[in-house]
Amino acid sequence: MASNAAAGADTFPKLLVRNAQLFGTRPAMRHKDLGIWQTWTWADVLDIVRAYAVGLHRLGLERGETIAIVGANRPRLYWSVMAAQVLGAIPVPVYADAVAEELAYVLAHADVRFAAVEDQEQVDKIQSVLERVPKLESMLYDEKRGLRDYDHSRLHPMEDVIEEGRKALASDPSVRAWLDGEIAAGKGSDPSIILYTSGTTGASKGVVLTNERSIHAAADTVAFDKLTENDVALAYLPLAWVGDHYLNYAQGLVSGFCMACPENADTAMQDLREIGPSFYFAPPRTLELLLTRVMIRMEDAGFLKRKLFHFFIDVAKRYGERILNGQPVPLIGRLLYGIGSLLVYGPLKNVLGFSRVRVAYTAGEAIGPDLFNFYRSIGLNLKQLYGQTEAFLYVTAQPDGEIYSDTVGPACPNVDIRIAENGEVQFKSPGMFTGYFKDDGKTAEAMTPDGYVKTGDAGFFDEKTGHLKIIDRAKDVGRLKDGTLFPPKYIENKLKFYPNIREVVALGDQHDFVAVMLNIDLTAVGSWAERNNVVYGSYQELAGHPLVYGMIEKHVAEVNRSLAADRVMAGTQIKRFLILHKELDADDGELTRTQKVRRGFVAERYAPLIKALYDGSKEADISTEVTFEDGRKGVISARVKISDMKTKPVAAAMGEAA
Amino acid sequence: MRAPGGPEVAVGDVLLAVENVSLSFGGVKAVSDVSFDIRKGEIRAIIGPNGAGKTSMLNVINGFYHPQQGRITFKGEARARMRPHEAASGGIARTFQNVALFRGMTALDNIMAGRTLKMHRNFFWQMLRYGPAMREEVEHRRRAEEIIDFLKIQEIRRVPVGRLPYGLQKRVELGRALAMEPELLLLDEPMAGMNLEEKEDMSRFVLDANDYYGTTIALIEHDMGVVMDLSDRVVVLDHGIKIADGAPAEVKSNQAVIDAYLGVAH
Repeated sequence: MASNAAAGADTFPKLLVRNAQLFGTRPAMRHKDLGIWQTWTWADVLDIVRAYAVGLHRLGLERGETIAIVGANRPRLYWSVMAAQVLGAIPVPVYADAVAEELAYVLAHADVRFAAVEDQEQVDKIQSVLERVPKLESMLYDEKRGLRDYDHSRLHPMEDVIEEGRKALASDPSVRAWLDGEIAAGKGSDPSIILYTSGTTGASKGVVLTNERSIHAAADTVAFDKLTENDVALAYLPLAWVGDHYLNYAQGLVSGFCMACPENADTAMQDLREIGPSFYFAPPRTLELLLTRVMIRMEDAGFLKRKLFHFFIDVAKRYGERILNGQPVPLIGRLLYGIGSLLVYGPLKNVLGFSRVRVAYTAGEAIGPDLFNFYRSIGLNLKQLYGQTEAFLYVTAQPDGEIYSDTVGPACPNVDIRIAENGEVQFKSPGMFTGYFKDDGKTAEAMTPDGYVKTGDAGFFDEKTGHLKIIDRAKDVGRLKDGTLFPPKYIENKLKFYPNIREVVALGDQHDFVAVMLNIDLTAVGSWAERNNVVYGSYQELAGHPLVYGMIEKHVAEVNRSLAADRVMAGTQIKRFLILHKELDADDGELTRTQKVRRGFVAERYAPLIKALYDGSKEADISTEVTFEDGRKGVISARVKISDMKTKPVAAAMGEAA
Repeated sequence: MRAPGGPEVAVGDVLLAVENVSLSFGGVKAVSDVSFDIRKGEIRAIIGPNGAGKTSMLNVINGFYHPQQGRITFKGEARARMRPHEAASGGIARTFQNVALFRGMTALDNIMAGRTLKMHRNFFWQMLRYGPAMREEVEHRRRAEEIIDFLKIQEIRRVPVGRLPYGLQKRVELGRALAMEPELLLLDEPMAGMNLEEKEDMSRFVLDANDYYGTTIALIEHDMGVVMDLSDRVVVLDHGIKIADGAPAEVKSNQAVIDAYLGVAH
């Protein structure tokens, strides 16, 4: 059913109409409201979206215009996307947690006249930068609370807009005919959405995607993973991120599966358990967080439970992966694994909400092999994909049964990949973008003359498996002064596997040795502190505690041992490290909105610390500006200690082996 | 959103009037000859330095203390003595300076506890979990969920409040008070011990409760910034005596208030 899903429907509104005909009584969307899961069938959704589109048109939204969508994963915001597409307008989702400046930039750049937003918070944020968004005329909002006394000349509750459209549709047959005409008038080559990149490298760019390319790409992966209308996904990823728009929105419309919206961002993990999705995506960071939480809770569990857990996790490590891949396993292994499933893996997956997951993906950044294997060993069909916004997500993905923790899989169906001379990965794909919005210069930079998209990632095809391996961002892979290859991600991920370590920045390019700055994980280390009677008042105090330094030293020493075991990497053992006095934060510009470290910015901001790491000082002073959630700024100052590590001697010229 | 009993009071009319109230513990005069009123729909702040008699005043309104002199008129009815539970069923709810929740119970159960007075089926009906008692329970649960949504505490619904950080406990306590659907809500230092962010959240909730539920609010608060931003009118106590009463701006420039807070040069 799914494989020929796209046949005949070349736009998302047409797919919506088709779904209402094919799966009219099947659930299309769920949302937990006032503690109860509400359900809308495909027929319901079509009704609402039609009414909404009429309402939007009456407010003045025209074909080809843009409309901003700002907020969390709520049904009405998804319907705003659909309703805009019905009219042939182009939705522009914006990250809900973007600060006012970022928001103003995107809204102004995208020329929006309308914005569909979640609540008062977003209305306030937009109104605070109104003079920088001169074209904005009206805002629609979902959550009414707190907005009653606002000037409503340019503000409309979505509920009322939908209701007005509904009345018009009911009373006037010509409106119905007009609306059918609008849906039919949509062309596959029309832009369906503009997704602004999170801005890992400078100002965000608006990636323009079209209906038919998006649908074509989604249809390929829906067939690849055999998704059907019986599947369920939890839409908890940021609305403005390509991952959510692709995995949930596009795949949902193509396959007809049900998309469940969590109650709010903080309840996502509980909602996951209640919904029990069959298709699941989580960035490595989330998987890491989940594992950390499990490990902490096991530390606090009784003796018997702890022993049982660790025994069966060891069993899983030995046999689980092979069982999942359908490889031969000794009888005793199968038996033990069976018991483990009953006693540990099953209940554990249930707690995490993974009991019904059939296909799970992770992507966004390199995932530590130990982390990846852990989930696979307990029987979660976790796979890796590699993609980017410009490709409308998928470039490569691992097929069932061909899973390796250090590859991202072969090219997806109909995707053409080549490796440029400088090691950069380049691709052509069905879903690839048509250009950056209003920025032909950048578009030209991102494309090769023969129409391939440059990814900016360095990688190569593994000879044994034929899968693509991504090493790091092409521009991030450096070399130590002695020429040793230095991929920072590789070292950082090794450290980040320890639950006590939250974030790592490895330094070494053009230096004599590798040094790291890291953040401890406040949850994990805080729980450890509680158990060991370590008193602390803040992150800063805990981070500087001698016992915490001692603990992290042990982790670094272990990583050094594992690095030393690998001939190529032996030269990159960590000689010095420090624990940062504050957590890296997106509000301070140190992380992107997708929680990736912005290296250049961090290097600049913490220059005194980096200098101290390499000039042999035992400690260094630093003061940094921080931004509070309300936008106010403050300054944190600290004296940060630096620890020296012993490293195994490296035989001369070993690094050259790379 | 109206408590049973008593006549209805229109917005802007006097909901509660305190007239010449004096209260002393042995030889200590906690409150002497204080008069002020609280109008329907307003946010009224009671401020003053430490030991000014603010909490005593709240306890008098609440019926927890009985003043030796003076009288209190609530919804047009003058009262000599009132017990706290009578105040509660009359439409007065409160929160405490030191959080007073059922620590072993979940946030949801604590908020449901706030609805006890609204439940009319007796114990035996409730044991049946069927028919009218069940319908009533469902209705109350819906109201509790509305409050959970209002205060944005969905993620801690099932968490025992003893395990929650202080700021969230305060929020749950506000939820429990709101669950009573009070006409008059007394908040005893709702922002005490909070950081800036928590204070802003709490201010937002207080304003929203006033706006959305139309609840009249009387609050005691130390943080002058918060008081000036939130309240419509402020009454200032010092050593049990009322020294000022009026709009925030007036009060702020009142010399007696400045002296009371900053001290007088001798």
